[in-house]
Amino acid sequence: MRKWNYPDILKRVSLLAAVAFVLSGCTGSSLLDPKGPVGAEQKYLIMTSFFLMMIVVIPVIVMTLLFAWRYNYIKNAKYSPNWSHSNKIEVVVWAVPLAIILLLSILTWRSTHALDPHRVPESDREPIVIQVMAMDWKWLFIYPEQGIASVNELAFPVDTPVEFRVTSNSVMNSFFIPQLGSQIYAMAGMENTVHLLATEEGTYPGMSANYSGHGFSGMHFKALATSDEGFQQWVDSVRQAPETLQQDSFNELAKPSRDNPVEYFSAVTPGLYTDIVNSYITSSDSSHHGAEE
Amino acid sequence: MSTQSMTNQDAHAHGHEHDDHEHHDPVATKVFGFWIYIMSDCVLFASIFATYAVLGTNYAGGPTSHELFELPFVLVETFVLLASSFMIGLATLAMNKGNKQGTMLWLALTLMLGAVFVGLEIYEFHHFIAEGAGPQRSAFLSSFFTLVGTHGLHVTSGCIWAIVLLIQIATKGLTDMNRSRLMCLSLFWHFLHIIWICVFTIVYLTGAI
Amino acid sequence: MFGKLTIEAVPYHEPIVMVVLGVAALMGLAVVAAITYFKKWGYLWKEWITSVDHKRLGVMYILVAIVMLIRGFSDAIMMRSQQAIASGGAEGYLPPEHYDQIFTAHGVIMIFFMAMPFMVGLMNIAVPLQIGARDVAFPFLNSLSFWLTMAGVILVNVSLGVGEFAATGWLAYPPLSDIQYSPGVGVDYWIWSLQISGIGTLLTGVNFFVTILKMRAPGMTLMKMPMFTWTALCTNVLIIAAFPILTVTIALLTLDRYIGTHFFTNDMGGNQMMYVNLIWAWGHPEVYILVLPAFGIFAEVVATYCKKRLFGYTSMVYATVAITVLSFVVWLHHFFTMGAGANVNSFFGIATMIIAIPTGVKIFNWLFTMYEGRVQFTVPMAWTLGFLITFTIGGMTGVLLAVPGADYVLHNSLFLIAHFHNVIIGGVVFGYLAGFTYWFPKVFGFKLNEKLGKASAWCWIVGFFTAFMPLYALGFMGMTRRLNSYDNPDWHFPLIVAAIGAVIIACGIACQLLQLVVSIKDRHKNVDETGDPWGGRTLEWSIPSPAPFYNFAHTPVVEERDAFWHMKENGVSEQKPAEYQDIHMPKNTSAGFFIGMIASVFGFALIWHIWWLAIVAGVGIFVTMVLRTFNDDIDYYVPAAEVERIESQRYQKLSNQA
Repeated sequence: MRKWNYPDILKRVSLLAAVAFVLSGCTGSSLLDPKGPVGAEQKYLIMTSFFLMMIVVIPVIVMTLLFAWRYNYIKNAKYSPNWSHSNKIEVVVWAVPLAIILLLSILTWRSTHALDPHRVPESDREPIVIQVMAMDWKWLFIYPEQGIASVNELAFPVDTPVEFRVTSNSVMNSFFIPQLGSQIYAMAGMENTVHLLATEEGTYPGMSANYSGHGFSGMHFKALATSDEGFQQWVDSVRQAPETLQQDSFNELAKPSRDNPVEYFSAVTPGLYTDIVNSYITSSDSSHHGAEE
Repeated sequence: MSTQSMTNQDAHAHGHEHDDHEHHDPVATKVFGFWIYIMSDCVLFASIFATYAVLGTNYAGGPTSHELFELPFVLVETFVLLASSFMIGLATLAMNKGNKQGTMLWLALTLMLGAVFVGLEIYEFHHFIAEGAGPQRSAFLSSFFTLVGTHGLHVTSGCIWAIVLLIQIATKGLTDMNRSRLMCLSLFWHFLHIIWICVFTIVYLTGAI
Repeated sequence: MFGKLTIEAVPYHEPIVMVVLGVAALMGLAVVAAITYFKKWGYLWKEWITSVDHKRLGVMYILVAIVMLIRGFSDAIMMRSQQAIASGGAEGYLPPEHYDQIFTAHGVIMIFFMAMPFMVGLMNIAVPLQIGARDVAFPFLNSLSFWLTMAGVILVNVSLGVGEFAATGWLAYPPLSDIQYSPGVGVDYWIWSLQISGIGTLLTGVNFFVTILKMRAPGMTLMKMPMFTWTALCTNVLIIAAFPILTVTIALLTLDRYIGTHFFTNDMGGNQMMYVNLIWAWGHPEVYILVLPAFGIFAEVVATYCKKRLFGYTSMVYATVAITVLSFVVWLHHFFTMGAGANVNSFFGIATMIIAIPTGVKIFNWLFTMYEGRVQFTVPMAWTLGFLITFTIGGMTGVLLAVPGADYVLHNSLFLIAHFHNVIIGGVVFGYLAGFTYWFPKVFGFKLNEKLGKASAWCWIVGFFTAFMPLYALGFMGMTRRLNSYDNPDWHFPLIVAAIGAVIIACGIACQLLQLVVSIKDRHKNVDETGDPWGGRTLEWSIPSPAPFYNFAHTPVVEERDAFWHMKENGVSEQKPAEYQDIHMPKNTSAGFFIGMIASVFGFALIWHIWWLAIVAGVGIFVTMVLRTFNDDIDYYVPAAEVERIESQRYQKLSNQA
């Protein structure tokens, strides 16, 4: 009769999908090659949920192919045209997804609290604070303790918790270093926080993960996770820079630019970051801190 | 002639007693449909109320609700609208008795009170804007003007609807079509009154205290 | 005089746009010339444009959907080819100014002007027939809804040649969409095309809700309704409850842009997070508005082609209702990364996962309908099998994204893009195309070509996996969405594979179009004489194909679920009624058409700040509406003799066949 054997080709298609999925784990995949505890936990979370769901997904795919093949019209297999209810099956099809979702819910509740971006990762070292500002279309990093600033490049020592205080000087962006874990939205007039920690030295690409206009594609930066000495060297080299950051050079920097090169500022007016955040709030009410709740 | 337009449907319905399609009463369907529309309008107002709830205290250094609102004035507005709601109730009663003149009289009174309400609202808006408290001043004022203004726009369209309906009743009488229209308008009017009660409590009363 | 509109608004320096416009203009001219040559203007006006017949409106909706599918898919091909080229410092052929409009237009068109009209079109065709009604509750309103949708379609397409479209992403998040950051007319085109067509959709929701609740044939209780009608009912509930939120959200953005209010601005107390919450409070139910009717179609298709009752009807109904309710409490999962606390994020994450339970139940019910059935491998069944496998994978990645901890790294990545295309193509598009093939003979009286239909299904399924599996991988590789160019060499290969996938899908669309042409050519060969080409179960198959304009000569009386199957089993399906009655029908009207067209002028005037024209158009809409209410001559009766003449033709055919 019909030449095409559906189940066979469908099998091949799903095989292809599986291969693609596995391949994704091997070739330069940043999420499956995390460099810090946050990212590592997220990788574990993704894997656990993935395998839990396979308990339903695999039977569904197998049943689809099997039933389509077994009850093909031409096969004259058992035919029960009026059979449309079975308490046993109903119980199973409600209970199995329910059980899996219950497990996943527990996992979700725990992991969401553990991975809360506002939570400080456990470490015996003092956290370092970096103020992050999304601009059109570049990232400004201000080090309040060191009194320096940089554009599209930041550095921090490994094994030290980093507290990123994230805001925006224009539209909404999202601050994201995939190999270290969680991203967080950057919004004007608000200060959002995300805590990350790198356990391995290296250069990790960072980016904006929320479209912000025509220069968005060039809005990436390098995150350098260094040794303590390396970090000190980086700070020293920034301090050598001729430029400094105060209100007028900030205004100059705030003008839209694309594919902005790395820039260093050897000094920063104290409180500049807070002033910018507050400049969007012309009243003393509390509504702007919604994101911080 | 005047009673014949839509009632020809009734004539047919009686003439075709076996025509099973006619078991769907068109007037009832229409009023039911209008109810559903009102439900969706409820969601519309709920969204604007939610926006007001979030932005209503963002004064941005501008005038606050406490400084702006004058409760006695709003109370007058409320009573005008309440009276108009009462009038449309009377109009419906007159319609049910088949009293065309009475229906038109009460409907005209509803319309007038509605227009007075809109006039009072325009006066209030004008007054605020003249004081430098326009919708551009702060998020609070943006959401205030939008919420109260949306209600005002609804009342205005209700008034225009009433004018059209008055002409229709005058020329064609209390036909089935016009009856269902008045039923819908009355539903709409009462609904707007309920919304106003919410505006009064949530915006003015809470804002003025 | 013309507001912001000048001759500069026409992008004559952009070769790609100008070629597209030229081709579109030529095709338009050809169509106009053909209509004139065959003297079809009168026919078009009388039988289609002014028609209030739900089947005709359904056909026009689907026609619009297919045209917009081609437009939206061209955008997709351009994005895929741009990303396949623009690697490692190369800029590709689309500068960001153009590319950003393309991905915005792609999303807007596919959701609002492809999926929505397709869904409403199928609902128009099938729902009244399934419930044994002569038309919808408010036929004029139905025509008005269509022409308002059309007004939105016109505005989106005008933006291609006059001015620009939004470059903000399909949901136009402020502050990017505020006047400060998007001073052009692009966002205004977005606003008015969505606002006007959104009102049309809302009216459709009210209309079909009332139709289903009030116009069912005697005996058809809620639990005896066909599954597609059930899902349509739930979809309409969602439309009624969700679309007003969209109306408000867009209106507030409009006020920000037009009169300088501060709802979503950065300063003066505005709150951009409010917009994101509001738009997703509409946006998440919208997803279910699209997918529920597709679920209904699969239920009809599986039962019909397995020659078996739908397994677990009651479960299926409760699952549908559960999804309807739950869809309103999950919107926050679209922005876990905004910074809400862990409790809030967990709540919304778990609520989202709970939706997987009723959805899983539905999948098992379809599977057990196949079990011990007689599976016929027809085209709709090919779509259904493709759906079951594809959608299950998409559902799984969806649950993965619902885990906030995982979403913190997967949000806005290509993983997300792959996920929602996985459910929208695998669920919505496959479902609608299955429904299209399934109901086609009922509307046109002949069946579609099987071979090309299957070829199309294969191209879509294979193309889908080729195009989107690499995107899942790219998500893990840290690639975000909406990138115009990139410098990571690892991303290049998967993106080339994805572009090949898009080409395979293009073959699927080509097969679909070819199928239409070939089927129309062979229409006499594939003619459906009986009105029941598939051995159907529900009332639409009890009447002739194409369905007569009054649908049912006699309103059927329903005793069981699968009413028509029941009639066939009892041998009463071909019983000729003893006598016919006059049928009460609505008259055609041009009011809907005029209001829709004036609405598009109204939108255009507001986009370009041509205030006088906006006022004229606004008054025009109002006057047309009032004039319509003064018209009492809106219905007529089809005499019993005429009904008998039409019906006896069918009984003649049936007896010829026997």
